[in-house]
Amino acid sequence: MSDAKDFAFTLTGLRIPYFPGCTLKTTAQNFESSAVAAARALGIELVELPRWNCCGTVFSLAADDLIHHVASIRNLIRVQEMNRQGLVDGENRMVTLCSMCYNTMKRANLRVRQNAEDIKKINDLMYREEDYQGNVRVIHFLELLREIGMGKVKRAVKKDLAGLKVAPYYGCMILRPKEASIDDPEAPTVLGEVLRALGTDVVVTPYNKVCCGSYQTVHDKDAVAGLAYDILGHARKSGAEAIATTCPLCAFNLDNRQKEVAEKHPDFEHMPVFYITQLMALAFGVDQGVLRFDQNYVDPVPLLKKHSLLDK
Amino acid sequence: MEEIKNPVMDIIAEANRSATSGIDAKDIKDWITISIMGRAYKVPADLTILAAMEYAGYKFVRGVGCRQGFCGACATVFRKKGEYKLQTGMACGTRAEDGMHLAQIPFTPAEKASYDLTKEPYSASVLIKYYPEVARCVSCNTCTKACPQDLEVMDYVQAALRGDFELLATDSFDCIQCGLCALRCPSEIVQYHVAQLGRRLYGYYGLGVPEHLKKRVEEIEKGRYAKALDTVIAFSNDELRKQYVGRDIEPEQ
Ligand code: FES
Repeated sequence: MSDAKDFAFTLTGLRIPYFPGCTLKTTAQNFESSAVAAARALGIELVELPRWNCCGTVFSLAADDLIHHVASIRNLIRVQEMNRQGLVDGENRMVTLCSMCYNTMKRANLRVRQNAEDIKKINDLMYREEDYQGNVRVIHFLELLREIGMGKVKRAVKKDLAGLKVAPYYGCMILRPKEASIDDPEAPTVLGEVLRALGTDVVVTPYNKVCCGSYQTVHDKDAVAGLAYDILGHARKSGAEAIATTCPLCAFNLDNRQKEVAEKHPDFEHMPVFYITQLMALAFGVDQGVLRFDQNYVDPVPLLKKHSLLDK
Repeated sequence: MEEIKNPVMDIIAEANRSATSGIDAKDIKDWITISIMGRAYKVPADLTILAAMEYAGYKFVRGVGCRQGFCGACATVFRKKGEYKLQTGMACGTRAEDGMHLAQIPFTPAEKASYDLTKEPYSASVLIKYYPEVARCVSCNTCTKACPQDLEVMDYVQAALRGDFELLATDSFDCIQCGLCALRCPSEIVQYHVAQLGRRLYGYYGLGVPEHLKKRVEEIEKGRYAKALDTVIAFSNDELRKQYVGRDIEPEQ
């Protein structure tokens, strides 16, 4: 860590328990590497949970299916331990980057906090762990940015992304259901606020919260390619050159499925799909090695070169 | 040198003799009652579960091996008197207690994938391709509770899911493949097969060929051991046995 970064870190002193999730360790490493670097530039140290486990992947809606919430709650126990051991800033919260992990753990947490019997049963099952007290807050990285303020995000910009026309894409997992939403579920603005702070031209399209097709991508590529075509097509028509998101599954469906889209529609023009943190890291002027565009399906390099945004 | 009259098979037979063989029942002071598959038996106290079952008349052909807690063949499940918890362990290393309910698990049925390591990428997707159940883990930790080796089984399954091969390999290294984790898993994961594939991938791609191995292979290829090997091949059976028994071995710990 350079001296400058150390200095920024002592200024805010934010050390926050951070849950990566499996996708950020496999197919979305570019999301994690860019986010950790971007957060550091803002004086936030994302401290990875020790011995974390999968979030549970999907929030189970069945009333009697408690076992599928165990995974989430076990992670929240890790956060309790980190706070007690003084490894983090003591705010009893956990931040996620992946929208899906956020949604699953946020809702599991809400459920057990509202239901004393659930929490007791889960604690009984996990008798080798300390009891979960129900006090941890699950937050998404975008909420954290809002908390520290977009002014601060703006001040961290070294090279603004002026001229780059980006459409924010929210997907469902950070907006629905309402009680898990990080923003107005019908008219979200938070991604746009971040993009504006970075200096991009924000392109708002009515398709910015239309479902990407989610896990249908596993067995019905065509259905998902159809949705991607609509979402990307509307963004293009509205003047966007790229998409920004925070969900690895949305990113996969909008980015990788462009292969199927292009096969079906020969006139389709590919569009880069960024994690918002890649654009942050770019604007904050951190080492561009963290951008890891090798994991993006549609290569964003030509677009960024066009706007003279790359070091080399 | 003393005469050699203990060929390997005799040694094994000797080790396999029950601790109580040759001892008269009237000379045994302390007795316990255990229940084996629902039937009560009176057996001498302070035996392992394995020895106690043998005393009761069970003869193991499968489901037993080293009798030292190494081979993983003798998986056992039991409940102690008055306890609700179903416990697991190795029969050769767990003491039989009065009032125990016992059953042996001689084998865990499980499909083992066949693969060519050299044709697979070094990524979590390989583990999920051959053992897709891994993705069903609900993090209940039942596997960890079942493990007689005290491994953090759930942690290594989670490491598998996210492609952390180093953690998977090191956390599962002491696995004896008894199968108890897989039997207890509500998600029907076969943890020990996943771990074995993970260790193989880690060895092949993650660690690479170690320097000392390269050096030794070179020495062999240059014929450094050829003469010694020829000498051994030329030994008669008796001479070979004599050399074997008289060899330098690590002292027992
Ligand atoms: S017989 Fe080998 S572990 Fe028990």
